[in-house]
Amino acid sequence: MCTTCGCGHGETSIEGHTHAHDHEHHHHHGRGVMAAHAPGMSQSRILRIEQDILSKNNEYATANRQYFSRHGLLVLNLVSSPGSGKTTLLTRTLKELKNELPLAVIEGDQQTVLDAERIRATGVAAIQINTGKGCHLDAHMVGHALESLQPGEQGVLFIENVGNLVCPASFDLGEAHKVVILSVTEGEDKPLKYPDMFHAADLMLLNKTDLLPHLQFDVEQCIAYARRVNPGIRVLQVSATSGEGMDAWYDWLRSEHEAVLTASGEAVKA
Amino acid sequence: MHEMSLCEGVVDIIEDQARRQQFSRVRTVWLEIGELAGVETGAMRFSFDAVAKGSVADGARLEIIDIPGRARCPACVRDVPVSARFDACPECGHYPLEILAGEEMRIRELEVS
Repeated sequence: MCTTCGCGHGETSIEGHTHAHDHEHHHHHGRGVMAAHAPGMSQSRILRIEQDILSKNNEYATANRQYFSRHGLLVLNLVSSPGSGKTTLLTRTLKELKNELPLAVIEGDQQTVLDAERIRATGVAAIQINTGKGCHLDAHMVGHALESLQPGEQGVLFIENVGNLVCPASFDLGEAHKVVILSVTEGEDKPLKYPDMFHAADLMLLNKTDLLPHLQFDVEQCIAYARRVNPGIRVLQVSATSGEGMDAWYDWLRSEHEAVLTASGEAVKA
Repeated sequence: MHEMSLCEGVVDIIEDQARRQQFSRVRTVWLEIGELAGVETGAMRFSFDAVAKGSVADGARLEIIDIPGRARCPACVRDVPVSARFDACPECGHYPLEILAGEEMRIRELEVS
């Protein structure tokens, strides 16, 4: 557990994070008040609260979003089921764009720093968050990771979430967009089975299209299902192995990055 | 199982309230959970007792109020019940529908002493 702030619910650990830092982000000390049973104080009262359960997470997400905007960063939250090829897609993207844009990565997994090591092998800065038993990243963990990672200015920060199509849907990390990766080796009905995630995402990357000749996967049906839960979702078909379709993904990244730079430039002028 | 984190969010909010509103014990917690919120209420109950241990909410009773899914059909302009995001309008078959209710995840009230 963090001795500075008392955070670290469960078994979350952030690589290299010793908590010897100044706490920059907004922090509540969540476990300080212990139940004190004062004798003679048994009268109960009803308090109207009306507060969103995710309001704490959303406060941290807002702080992260302000950080990203101050630093002109495009931040993408990459979500998928395990085995969709998310890390392969990311490493290829990093290799092909690192000379063009400043890039950094936050890696989320329950255990191991293997993925962060794969990312660092490309020469791009990465930090691993291990969520322990946790099934998703939350905005508080990302806030801490930023303190150690220092993702720089005016680049792109990828947050690779824990492989899980359910839980990460509810937790805003402060990102500009959720990007959902679905591989054609999964069922085309995944958007209907996990509607919350496909509803929350702005872009779907349909990966491993090089395998389509060997599979019975109905691409049109899959896209129709995705649009059924999210009529506005953009869909790009890619293969991180063959490279097919990756240029369209890079073009999307460039135009989103451009939009962030324009917005942060205007904020500076204003 | 993000219900565990949701319960941590609930307990954090309760402890904030305990400092602000000067109470030291919570007897009952009323949560509103929408049908479309993606929350398994059984897992929520299971997690709550574990997460509340050692907090002001230790031993509190958890009451979950289910909020049914409701949507407006943009085609036939009727309010209809929905149980999933991709449901089509039961009246005219149109989709997507505009969700009006059912996405809630809220602490409504606390009984404290």
